[in-house]
Amino acid sequence: MASLKDLRNRIASVKATQKITKAMQMVAAAKLRRAEMAAAAASPYAERMERVLSNLATSMKGAPEAPLLLSGTGSEQRHLLVVMTADRGLAGGFNSSIARLARDHARRLIAEGKDVRILCVGRKGADILRRQFPGKIDDVISLREVKSIGFGTADEIGARILSEYFEGKFDVATMFFSKFRSVVSQIPTAQQIVPAEIPEGDGASDLNGAIYEYEPSEEEILEELLPKNVKIQILKALLENAASEQGARMSAMDNATRNAGDMIKKLSLVYNRTRQAQITKELIEIISGAEAL
Amino acid sequence: MDSFPFELVSPEKLLISEDVQHVVVPGVEGEFGVLAHHAPFMSTLRPGIVQVYKTEGGAPERLFVRGGFADVNPKGLTILADEAIPMSELDAGKLEAAIASAESAASAFEDGPLKIKAQSEVDQLKALRATL
Repeated sequence: MASLKDLRNRIASVKATQKITKAMQMVAAAKLRRAEMAAAAASPYAERMERVLSNLATSMKGAPEAPLLLSGTGSEQRHLLVVMTADRGLAGGFNSSIARLARDHARRLIAEGKDVRILCVGRKGADILRRQFPGKIDDVISLREVKSIGFGTADEIGARILSEYFEGKFDVATMFFSKFRSVVSQIPTAQQIVPAEIPEGDGASDLNGAIYEYEPSEEEILEELLPKNVKIQILKALLENAASEQGARMSAMDNATRNAGDMIKKLSLVYNRTRQAQITKELIEIISGAEAL
Repeated sequence: MDSFPFELVSPEKLLISEDVQHVVVPGVEGEFGVLAHHAPFMSTLRPGIVQVYKTEGGAPERLFVRGGFADVNPKGLTILADEAIPMSELDAGKLEAAIASAESAASAFEDGPLKIKAQSEVDQLKALRATL
């Protein structure tokens, strides 16, 4: 049985852990609020972009010289998976659930005989996937240096993916990230970004049958709009991911704090009992010693 | 005069969303003014200044935009700007930063239409700096 001193040490160490998890939870809560606001602020642009694109794409549909980003390369052989995770752990199942979704997707593609390559945004996803897909991970982009995610970050990642696409290195790109629903619920999501999936909008009703005039030409606008749309989708995913990460960390740390509290309670109970037993034992020794005289 | 709904959004946030009288937009092929009941029109933007007249005869609100799109449809005008800064917050430093980033983008391209386009953005930004 543990001595009183051992128990005291255990309690002290669990208390120290609890302090740390409590602090991490509060930091995550503060960051979550900011991340949530950033994600909410970015959504109007993505929404309007979608509307403009669907207006345009509806009128472009079936055009023979539709841009490469809209029509695709005509093949589906080579896939690029963009796996977005966090750079840090201790966020519950956040990183592993995204990695699991990507892994299942990659396995399915490989089973179909397709080529798969992986681009990781955030170190943690690479750590998990590297063991399962050795040699398939192209690169890892760390966001550790990035203070706040803005359009610049998404622009860089998007430009890289697009230039590889135009060089003909892959046919389809899919990104994996976590959609932010609430603090306790983040949904790992796969979204195809290249070639662009344009939602069929009610573009026609927006116009009441009138016809757009374009400046410069329709093709040139689309040529510029499509790459931008890819970057915006990436930005949206990065921001949602950041909010999800903080949400997941917050609830994970909340759980950890509560568990530490339970443990302290249990340990204190054992400690008090042991102490009481020792006192009783000592008393019995004294009394029986006195009686023997 | 009739007013119409106007929205100015940049990737980071929604800057303006309200009914206005008149907006002057720096289109890639020249500035154009939008009033209510404008015909459907879509244009890319060059770096320049958007002027928003919220009331008739009032002073315009001026915002610097760096590239993007304008979409005019019967539901109003939507500007998707790559970057938008109210003129009151624009200073020489921000403009210099924009020029520097445009220049580095231009030098990264091989000769070709992309290079010409990037170079013209640099020129437009410099022209804008001269007018301030």
